[in-house]
Amino acid sequence: MTIKEIAEKLNLEVKAGRGSLDRDVTGGYTGDLLSDVMANSKEGYLWVTRQVHQNIVAVASLKEHAGIILINSCQPTKETLEKADIEKVPILVSDLPAFELSGKIYNLLTTKS
Amino acid sequence: MQKESSVAYKKLTPVGEANHNLYSGTFHIEGGNFNSAGMVSTSIKSILKELGIPGDIVRRAAIVSYEAEINVVSYAKKGLVTLLVDAGSVNIEVKDEGPGIPNIELAMQEGYSTADQRIREMGFGAGMGLCNIKNYSDLFHIESEVGKGTHLKMIIYTP
Repeated sequence: MTIKEIAEKLNLEVKAGRGSLDRDVTGGYTGDLLSDVMANSKEGYLWVTRQVHQNIVAVASLKEHAGIILINSCQPTKETLEKADIEKVPILVSDLPAFELSGKIYNLLTTKS
Repeated sequence: MQKESSVAYKKLTPVGEANHNLYSGTFHIEGGNFNSAGMVSTSIKSILKELGIPGDIVRRAAIVSYEAEINVVSYAKKGLVTLLVDAGSVNIEVKDEGPGIPNIELAMQEGYSTADQRIREMGFGAGMGLCNIKNYSDLFHIESEVGKGTHLKMIIYTP
């Protein structure tokens, strides 16, 4: 399933990286500690977090995440958006808290259509 | 005043000589500048990819270099990273001018951190960085002198 499909189903707002929404999502990881995400997330994952500063782009880029979803309507900083567009890292925003959003993404990725 | 302390982890048998270098270069890290944090690791990752290093090795090197870079940005005045790639290994050295680590054994414990609130709010300083470096390197060596700085050496062997 692509990020675009997930964004449509979960009503996510696309903030950056619009050109990379056709990436295939292979899984997800939820966390706000950057070292935890560095160690435990994988390539192709969607990263669910409430961190909004520009360092999230470096982590997502280094780990080759499919994209980042910010929870609770958290808004990325201007620098984060600029960096994300340069690095082609999609950033999306959800109004849901991390638990609910992660559950919905998990269901989408594991339920065969 | 603390003496210099040094701990080596995961000692492996040394690789043979006569490996000629595929790449050798240095990178500067500016302490305290979180805006550019991750740029050195991103460069290292690109270089390794271009050299055709296998993906899992590149990913491990990215984690190791990122954590070391964040440590320099978080605590030190500046740091110098040396990347050396030969036929059998990826070698990353990070030498900083900073406060040094008084007790390396303690610093190596997962969850132990001296990070201030500002660093923690950004999601750094969880006490996982050095553990990640150790876990994702085949060989990890750390030396530190209080008041001078810290010197990390990491080797990841390529198949």
